[in-house]
Amino acid sequence: MRKELEKYFRANRLPHIWCPGCGHGIITGALMRAIDNLKLDKKNICIVSGIGCSSRAPGYLDFYTLHTTHGRGLAFATGIKFAKPDLKVIVVTGDGDCTAIGGNHFIHACRRNIDITTIVFNNNIYGMTSGQYSPMTPKGAYATTAPYGNIDRNFDLCKLADAAGATYVARSTVYHVPQLIKLMEKAIDHKGFSMVEVADICPTYFGRKNKLGSPVKMMEVLRDSAISIKAAEKLSKEELVGKIITGEFHNEIAPEYTEEYEKTIEKAQGGC
Amino acid sequence: MNNRVALTGNEAVAQAMKQINPDVVAAYPITPQTEIVQFFSNFVNNGQVDTEFVAVESEHSAMSAAVGAASAGARTMTATSSQGLALMFEVVYIASAMRLPIVFPVANRALSGPINIHCDHSDAMGLTNSGVIQLFSENAQEAYDNMIQAVRIAEHPDVLLPVMVNLDGFITSHALDILEVLDDETVKNFVGIYNPEEFLLDVKNPISMGNLDMYDFYFEHRRQQVAAMEAAKKVIEDVGKEFEKVSGRPYGLIETYKLDDADMAVVLLNSAAGSAKGVVDELRAKGMKVGVLKPRAFRPFPFEEISTALKGVKAVAVLDRAETFSTLGGPMFADVRAALYDLKNDIKVINYVYGLGGRDLRLEDVEQVFNELDEIVKSGKTDKVVNYLGLRE
Ligand SMILES: Cc1ncc(C[n+]2csc(CCOP(=O)(O)OP(=O)(O)O)c2C)c(N)n1
Ligand code: SF4
Repeated sequence: MRKELEKYFRANRLPHIWCPGCGHGIITGALMRAIDNLKLDKKNICIVSGIGCSSRAPGYLDFYTLHTTHGRGLAFATGIKFAKPDLKVIVVTGDGDCTAIGGNHFIHACRRNIDITTIVFNNNIYGMTSGQYSPMTPKGAYATTAPYGNIDRNFDLCKLADAAGATYVARSTVYHVPQLIKLMEKAIDHKGFSMVEVADICPTYFGRKNKLGSPVKMMEVLRDSAISIKAAEKLSKEELVGKIITGEFHNEIAPEYTEEYEKTIEKAQGGC
Repeated sequence: MNNRVALTGNEAVAQAMKQINPDVVAAYPITPQTEIVQFFSNFVNNGQVDTEFVAVESEHSAMSAAVGAASAGARTMTATSSQGLALMFEVVYIASAMRLPIVFPVANRALSGPINIHCDHSDAMGLTNSGVIQLFSENAQEAYDNMIQAVRIAEHPDVLLPVMVNLDGFITSHALDILEVLDDETVKNFVGIYNPEEFLLDVKNPISMGNLDMYDFYFEHRRQQVAAMEAAKKVIEDVGKEFEKVSGRPYGLIETYKLDDADMAVVLLNSAAGSAKGVVDELRAKGMKVGVLKPRAFRPFPFEEISTALKGVKAVAVLDRAETFSTLGGPMFADVRAALYDLKNDIKVINYVYGLGGRDLRLEDVEQVFNELDEIVKSGKTDKVVNYLGLRE
């Protein structure tokens, strides 16, 4: 780690609990680099999480942090943003946390366009509870709860966020770190609800269940299956199977929720 | 016929579920319960049971799916711990009010916050007023036995209530224990075939369930739930006697250990009772007349049995692995004290809250409790009613 990044970590909380080869550390590191590049003041940032391996990240980070309950990070974060609209509020969440138990909070945060940045650590599985399938487990993939392959259809989270009303939507992978950092910077800078989905690796459960080999092999798969939005446009549906489309899907300026709320209060109290 | 095996508490519960072979299990993973359904889902996978296993997206959905399945007439189970049980709260009340005999093991774990994954009873104690029957298990054997009996208790026509089978998270759920399992045929015959009287899939006799129920009938329906709880006491005892016939292991509403001539007793649930029994043996060898009372059923609460069992003692300590924040001690303390009130004799009753968030209950701690009871008996005076055991203050 670069010396200048050390200030973002609670050194006394390290080492972390993540397994060797887990991608969660890469995402956490990328987030710190994005914050550093934006030259944001630590004191103006609050990082919130739910429960899961991914949601442990804020425990290692030296910001205002709030570790909450499974799936509810966004609900807590909404309260924080309302109480202190000037704070940059960042939610870190797992694919299970965000799209299963917390799925309802996610779509409504998107819909309201509240100024919160959500970073989704998508390892396609519940890591912490030992490898059950999540709504992001690809159809056909194996999990402890899907010994014959998953029959559920998985979400395309970027499409879901876009359709639900999020105004900044992007995807990258833990292999493509420079791109990931850039997209995170833009997401944090964005006014309104922003979501960066990060294709992540869980060698311990998703990797083993699906016989994907070492963490290095899993990273190579990410390298080889990632494809830009432009390149994806030229491919047929069949050709896109197994590809991870990366880049910025949506970037739009629209009325932000806490500002709209303030305006309503002013109108109700001021103008008769 | 009986079979001694080494299993963890979670394996033992899963083994019981396999032998019961329920129609539907709906569950969501949470530590320390996860393994129960994980093992069970392997039985489903291997075709060793006929169960429909539903992997849902939260515990709220797990209990909701269980309510749906049980309403449709299926023998139904789920399982959870801690935050999962807290999230189920809303639907647990619905399950009991709809009189659905859902059986669900709970590997007891502290509630957040602060976030903690270790054992205490705050999860189960949060649902003492929900209308579910609560059984507690000292070890893997009792967890296994309680699961099998729970089916019969829940489905008894005089009862028809959900049954929560508690076992201590990690201490019992994850520790390897020696127990006797029954053979499949014995369990199958013991639990029998579930024939609900009324259910949604009975298309010839359509009924509606879960209806709006205002001031005209809501109160009567609540009273019926109380009557079912009252009836459950006899059913728990009867099923326990019947279970003894097939297993050789007796079960009632409470268990007493060396209590008959005791001057001092501790009352505690689950695995801590095992520790206390060991301490009682040591202190008895030194001439102290001490004993243990372990409620097996906490809901319904065995008031009569407890007051009868304790009426000869001079001092009692109730050990609670949960807080109530009433500022008058833990949940079991309140109930035990109330049970003793009508005896109108001078039994001194004190409370210790212990083991929150997985803090170990050491044998020395139990010994300390008996020594303090001894002081109270000798002096006739109780200094502090509510105490904290093993706490840094
Ligand atoms: C109400 C509730 N139910 C279940 C759990 C158990 N639980 C903890 S983390 C987790 C899944 C985490 O998966 P994901 O969000 O994908 O994160 P990962 O661990 O893979 O990073 C579950 C089910 C819980 N903590 N609270
Ligand atoms: S279980 Fe998976 S997600 Fe959790 S730390 Fe290990 S590799 Fe990472």
